Amino acid sequence: MKPSHCGTRPCARLLCVGGYDVGGYDVADVVISNAQLLVWLERCADAMSEHKPELTDLDAATGDADHGNNMARGFNKVQEVLPAQTGKAPKDIFKAISMVLMSSVGGASGPLYGSFFMQGGMAISNEDGMSLADLQTFLEKGVMAVKKRGRAEAGEKTMIDALEPAAEAVKASISKGDEVSAVLAAMVEAARAGMEHTISLKATKGRASYQGEKSIGHQDPGATSSYYLLHALQETLRETVQETP
Amino acid sequence: MKKLINAVDDVLTEQLEGFALAHPELNVSLEPFFITRADGATQGEVAVISGGGSGHEPLHGGYVGQGMLAAACPGQIFTSPTPDQMIAAAEASHGGAGVLFLIKNYTGDVLNFETATEMLHMQDIAVQSILIDDDIAVKDSLHTAGRRGVGATVIIEKVVGAAAASGYDLDKCAALARSLNLRSRSMGMALTSCTVPANEKPTFDLKDDEIEIGIGIHGEPGQERVPWQPVDEVVARMTEEILEDAGYSRTVREWDREAGDWLERELVDEPFAEGDQMIALVNGMGATPLSELYGVYRKLAHICKDKNITLARSLVGSYITSLEMQGFSITLVKADNETLTLWDAPVRTPALRWGV
Repeated sequence: MKPSHCGTRPCARLLCVGGYDVGGYDVADVVISNAQLLVWLERCADAMSEHKPELTDLDAATGDADHGNNMARGFNKVQEVLPAQTGKAPKDIFKAISMVLMSSVGGASGPLYGSFFMQGGMAISNEDGMSLADLQTFLEKGVMAVKKRGRAEAGEKTMIDALEPAAEAVKASISKGDEVSAVLAAMVEAARAGMEHTISLKATKGRASYQGEKSIGHQDPGATSSYYLLHALQETLRETVQETP
Repeated sequence: MKKLINAVDDVLTEQLEGFALAHPELNVSLEPFFITRADGATQGEVAVISGGGSGHEPLHGGYVGQGMLAAACPGQIFTSPTPDQMIAAAEASHGGAGVLFLIKNYTGDVLNFETATEMLHMQDIAVQSILIDDDIAVKDSLHTAGRRGVGATVIIEKVVGAAAASGYDLDKCAALARSLNLRSRSMGMALTSCTVPANEKPTFDLKDDEIEIGIGIHGEPGQERVPWQPVDEVVARMTEEILEDAGYSRTVREWDREAGDWLERELVDEPFAEGDQMIALVNGMGATPLSELYGVYRKLAHICKDKNITLARSLVGSYITSLEMQGFSITLVKADNETLTLWDAPVRTPALRWGV
């Protein structure tokens, strides 16, 4: 179903692909419905299960080989509570899953991802879906929370090296007036580049920091799981579009 | 991998069930995992609580009981526990005089305990946390996660637990724990690796004729791998490093109850000097014969005697382990009369028991 304002110009909204937008493109328009948000989190769980061995192997190289197990276990629990989130506002969905992540992931990733979703989610005032502006705020506040909780900055070989460039790319892409799919593509591309950049970095936070120079040459598992979570968002919206007749 | 386990996923639950059956004087919650004294909270006494990944037994569950911990939160093996465990443990064990979290310095433990600290504060439970980081094998606090919490944890849990039992308030317990940590130094070594059940293979590879000096209790890399040496040489190297380690400095985050926020504190180790008296822990990593630990203690005692350092109290055995790792660690804690009095105070836990 096309929103009522869809008219004659190519529409920026993913949900309106094939439709036409009279009013042009507004960052405040909802581009991720509450239902899609739940699909995204479902896909996050799938991605963590699918990439569990890869995340574990990356963590074995510099840490304690539990990141894959921990993330898969945590998002499995998230999956269990998703049905109960139907009809809730984004902020409440994110709060619920952040509590689940915090109590089931363990390790450093539990509180870090918990803080990311909690603080990012709390910044979304929209009750019904998320706009591009909401996505930007969500990522910015989420990254700030991870930095504060972990006392870390970009360049320390952590999840921040994927999340922060992604947040910045979203902001830059929106300010250029890119359409939604381009904003998401920029986000995922920046996260991927950031993740790959961690290979060249020396770890100064977390257990990998005890490896010192030996940590160089290995991709950071936290940056990798962050990339997969953001990639799952892009996939979610892409799929929804394809399913829209 | 050859271990005394059933299914890997059930390891922690089954082992805690066994612990509960063997120790009816304790309460063991399995959902979430935490251990408290069965006789409930002691009213008016600070609840000293610790926790961390499992695999270091008897730490921490084995130290719950009269005169030591009020509660312990075991995580998955080598994985930190989570805030819900810590909050449930605090709620079940605090006696209205506040909660002191003793946190070993590992990123996961720190972040989870900090989250729990903030949440307890929001529930109006007075809470304080103190970081333990005594592993001098890590020299650099700026470019790493800092020194790790190892053997001193056992001694600090005992001494601060006794302080709580004798009526110290929360601020005094916290100050004592902080002070003890700045007077504690440890170093470990490994003859063999350990295997985390879920990983099915050894955490690191060490050749038959190699040893690793400066190892962490999760197999974190040490300072150096060297060919096997006689125990006297290994102990001499480690003891001298411990005695000579100078003025380690770190910035820690402590909870400011007034401000409801974290406060950064710059803390520097106290020097050790001739004439000092120490509590000494010679600790087995899990698969080291007690007899060999006495071989370690012999050399440690000789060196300290030569340097006019008194080992006023000693503890020799496996008190903070690393699964089935073979190896040992040495911990020295500089002790004043207050520390020794509290050390000698009655304690009744599964793993430490005297004076009762």
